[in-house]
Amino acid sequence: MAVALILVLVVVGSILFHILSPWWWSPIASNWGYIDQTLIITFWITGAVFSAVVLFMAYCVFRFRHREGIKADYNPENKKLESWLTAVTAVGVAAMLAPGLYVWSQFITVPDDATEVEVVGQQWQWNYRLPGEDGRLGKSDNRLVTYENPLGIDPDDPYGQDDVVIEAADLHLPIDKPVKMLLRSIDVLHDFYVPEFRAKMDMVPGTVTYFWFTPTRTGTFEVLCAELCGTGHGYMRGIVMVDTEEDYQAWLDGQTTFARLSAPPKVGAMDAVEP
Amino acid sequence: MVDATPHAEQGIPPAETPELELYHPRGWWTTYVFSQDAKVIAIQYSGTALAIGLVALVLSWLMRLQLGFPGTFDFITPEAYYQFMTMHGMIMVIYLLTALFLGGFGNYLIPLMVGARDMVFPYVNMLSYWIYLLAVLVLVASFFAPGGPTGAGWTLYPPQVILSGTPGGQGAGIVLMLVSLILFIIGFTMGGLNYVVTVIQGRTRGMTLMRMPLTVWGIFTATVMALLAFPALFVACVMMLFDRLLGTSFFMPALVEMGELMSYGGGSPILFQHLFWFFGHPEVYIVALPAFGIVSDLISTHARKNIFGYRMMVWAIVIIGALSFVVWAHHMYVSGMHPWFGFFFATTTLIIAIPTAIKVYNWVLTLWRGDIHLTLPMLFALAFIVTFVNGGLTGLFLGNVVVDVPLSDTMFVVAHFHMVMGVAPVLVVFGAIYHWYPKITGRMLNEAMGQFHFWVTFVGAYAIFFPMHYVGLVGVPRRYPELGDVAFATDSVHSLNAFITIAALTVGFAQMVFLFNLVWSLRNGREAGGNPWRATSLEWQTPTTPPPHGNWGAERPVVYRWAYDYSVPGAPEDFIAQNDPGSRHRGAV
Repeated sequence: MAVALILVLVVVGSILFHILSPWWWSPIASNWGYIDQTLIITFWITGAVFSAVVLFMAYCVFRFRHREGIKADYNPENKKLESWLTAVTAVGVAAMLAPGLYVWSQFITVPDDATEVEVVGQQWQWNYRLPGEDGRLGKSDNRLVTYENPLGIDPDDPYGQDDVVIEAADLHLPIDKPVKMLLRSIDVLHDFYVPEFRAKMDMVPGTVTYFWFTPTRTGTFEVLCAELCGTGHGYMRGIVMVDTEEDYQAWLDGQTTFARLSAPPKVGAMDAVEP
Repeated sequence: MVDATPHAEQGIPPAETPELELYHPRGWWTTYVFSQDAKVIAIQYSGTALAIGLVALVLSWLMRLQLGFPGTFDFITPEAYYQFMTMHGMIMVIYLLTALFLGGFGNYLIPLMVGARDMVFPYVNMLSYWIYLLAVLVLVASFFAPGGPTGAGWTLYPPQVILSGTPGGQGAGIVLMLVSLILFIIGFTMGGLNYVVTVIQGRTRGMTLMRMPLTVWGIFTATVMALLAFPALFVACVMMLFDRLLGTSFFMPALVEMGELMSYGGGSPILFQHLFWFFGHPEVYIVALPAFGIVSDLISTHARKNIFGYRMMVWAIVIIGALSFVVWAHHMYVSGMHPWFGFFFATTTLIIAIPTAIKVYNWVLTLWRGDIHLTLPMLFALAFIVTFVNGGLTGLFLGNVVVDVPLSDTMFVVAHFHMVMGVAPVLVVFGAIYHWYPKITGRMLNEAMGQFHFWVTFVGAYAIFFPMHYVGLVGVPRRYPELGDVAFATDSVHSLNAFITIAALTVGFAQMVFLFNLVWSLRNGREAGGNPWRATSLEWQTPTTPPPHGNWGAERPVVYRWAYDYSVPGAPEDFIAQNDPGSRHRGAV
């Protein structure tokens, strides 16, 4: 009796916790509301299954607990019931997978008008690079990284000269403009993670990864590293500010280009990573 | 298909070959220390696994103290936190759960349940344990190495794993970790081949594959999987060792560390992740399948009812085992691998939910119209279903690629995998120990201590890990020694963390009661007799309890039926042992 009651309490408690507790995701600040919706669908389906299974168990424990003189049924299998349950499960799984894959295909299809913004991770700070007036990022390579050229931009690539370099400072983004975040690391794995944007991706040295999103709300958002990157991992924080168009331009005008930042030493042609 | 109907009385081949003589030990050392008896090896494996598991438990307390009350404990620096975290994870997954389910339960139960006298290669079986012990000692040694153990996380992702920014990366810590894993895999392979060959070749007369208890099916399938999955980890460890010691670049691209260009170049960090998870995902099921098997037998025995849908249960185990080899990259959705992989791995991952759900349905349907005895093994089995269903369902969030994007690398993931492959299998371990302790020692474990242990562990573990999902949903990343003040998480998240820590310490304390019970009941437990649960499977039918070396006395048992003849209509008792020839045979004899 007590066991059945506690099983019921587990279900009721879990549902009440879900509804009443103050712990829920932060208000979204990007276009990925679809991800939140898929997650909500998943919550409904899985919550129903969890409650059904545990309540059924509670009923069985209550109804069929041992009593003197009562024998259990002898019932090796029931093909019909088993096939039926399999089919229902398959439908439930499809109901979660279909929207999931649909939204994933959007997630990996970058719109043509997205502006490129490069994030460069290093132990344990965030650097950024914007393409400058030509709209193209110059080539870069970790082997070109020096004190004067912290992002390893290829000095021989003309596209790189007007790139805006932001070392260990805040990133600003204009509202309602899709951005393609190009992710690079000069040392170990990192992961550019802003909870309010919902999207994230690892940064892998030696390759360029990406994700895209559209900021939908102005404000100041914290950047956290979400891939273990050594002792300072928990303290690798940064700030992204989503601005109105005017504020963004004002900020951009105050930034420094690669050409102005350094008079880089001449280095021979090297294998470069295409951004 | 093999006939699994209960009264198939064919399929008992005549004994054509004489039995081989076992090597019997003559002295104390060869009986208790360098023993070739699978049951002694099982106890050695279990004792070592529980001992190192205790270390992992203490490490988890230290981590929880830091997370619940950040800044209070000066000795828990970020370096120390990452070292505790790494060693906790590695010990729990490999050195405790894998070793305990396969080396412990596998060794004890396989020969007894299939009616064999011992494993087919007893000497290699003994070596398996001693190499495992060596692996554990090397692991422990890394705590005392200069710079301490590695703090790279149990996933050991390069490049940070062998760089100076990670604890133990440039010291001996990572080297000892890799050597220990390599030794573990060598030792495991010796044991694993034994378990597989014993199930295939060592079954007694009449024990067809489709009459085996599901415990044996679970351990057998998990072992086959482990023999296929561990080699991927083995080569990854060897290559990483080369990168660390010889300066090769298997996993190391050109990189600048602390302002200095390293001499590495051309390697792929993502290649390591593929190798690691090609092992790592099957590893989840290497732990889960023995638990599935064992819990099926616990439910059936203590509900006095045959397991519902036995054949479907066997096929579900085999299908889950096979599918688990094509889902590994669902751990890597945000790793930067080609995004098209997401479609494939999300689909395979969600498909695996179907056979898994069938297993859950069949467990609860076994309870339907049963004669449920709420013994300790049954309570743990019920708690397993609750936590496994909970943890399995949150897997549908993380497996569904785009839903994983916001949740990956948050505390949601930590809550999920602890619920599904920490709490759930450990509850089965406890249930199994309460169930088989009487066979191993001849005495019952103390019931009052057991009840206390059960309720605190079940309710406490649920109170730890259920709310933790919501910490992750808020956005708190995993592997952070402290979150500090952030805009997306309110102060109440910190109070929740403190609550979780208190629950964790309470559950930890209850485990001390369990360990005390294990020792106390050796002398003071109630005498159990040979078959206290009135169970059908062969291990309960041994002529003496605890069973001696060789298990069966003069003659091995002959099997006439499956392992689930409970409450058969018309039978005088509510169980018929597998080696009971039944009334027709009795009449004939």
